Amino acid sequence: MTIDFGSSAAVLIVVASITGLTRAVPYLLFGGKKELPRIVHYLGTVLPGSIMIILVIYCLRNIDLAAFPFGMVELLSIGIVIVAQVTKKNTFLSIFLGTACYMILIRIVF
Amino acid sequence: MKTFRFAIKQIIPLLFSYTFVGIAFGILIHEAGYSVLWAFLSGVFIYAGAMQIVMVSLIISDVPLLMIAMMTFFINARHIFYGIGFVAKFRKMGWKYPYMVLTLTDETYSVFCSIEYPENIDEQKADFYIALICHMLWVLSCTMGALIGEILPFDMTGIEFSATAFFVVVCVNQWHQFESHIPAITGFASAIGFYILLGADYFLLPALSVSLITLTIMKERIDMQTGGVKYDN
Repeated sequence: MTIDFGSSAAVLIVVASITGLTRAVPYLLFGGKKELPRIVHYLGTVLPGSIMIILVIYCLRNIDLAAFPFGMVELLSIGIVIVAQVTKKNTFLSIFLGTACYMILIRIVF
Repeated sequence: MKTFRFAIKQIIPLLFSYTFVGIAFGILIHEAGYSVLWAFLSGVFIYAGAMQIVMVSLIISDVPLLMIAMMTFFINARHIFYGIGFVAKFRKMGWKYPYMVLTLTDETYSVFCSIEYPENIDEQKADFYIALICHMLWVLSCTMGALIGEILPFDMTGIEFSATAFFVVVCVNQWHQFESHIPAITGFASAIGFYILLGADYFLLPALSVSLITLTIMKERIDMQTGGVKYDN
């Protein structure tokens, strides 16, 4: 494939600018020197509790629940992460066990 | 140096996901016919894993620029919600402020959400180091991918699950930490609900928006459960 430098650069600039814009929106709205509205303070405290769980489901969105193994590999691996984190409270260990389980299972099951 | 070491320690759980997703992107863009320089520039200026990988397929298939702009917005609009939690914190950081704003990724967001600072650590400095090292690590991985990706000796398929595992760990920690479980349950319910209703490609933004609205409406009740939280991050 031949690469058109101009149009490729344009794509890169557009993607970078829009990505930057999405990151900057809350600061453009509330980032000034003014007193921060109470509701923004409040949401800043409670919203992460919602967002992190949504983010987990976002990571799992492409599981095919209609075909074997019906997302069981992911569920089992996440189960291991939760059990490890609740009992041992060691972030690195939990991630290691969960990922190892996942990598082994996708090799065995498929 | 102490702060730097502290920052490194916070990043360790992300090491694999950053490195391997970065390398995956590098391989892709290299296979699409682009030089290492493009991988490097994408890492520096876009710095969003999923988006960079989507971008490669958009470039190959000659999608119009306006369409690319819109897709970028929708894929990354979740970042708008991340920012709300850090306005108070980042705007105090002087010249580092814009950098902190533009480098908040899924991963660094979850680090900042779960981090516990010891007393002898300068919080702002630690946050800046975390943002900077993660960014460098990402740029390095993208570049490496384009350079040597194809001769990687191991089959690392599945390593990207480490990012999911990390987000799960943060969820578990928050569950113990937060007095009210309403935010977590709201997020879970709205994500599952909209996933069933709208499918994998469209559930994210409605789920985030509905969570935000629900939490706003339930402010009184959550305040009661937490005994009147102090909102000063």
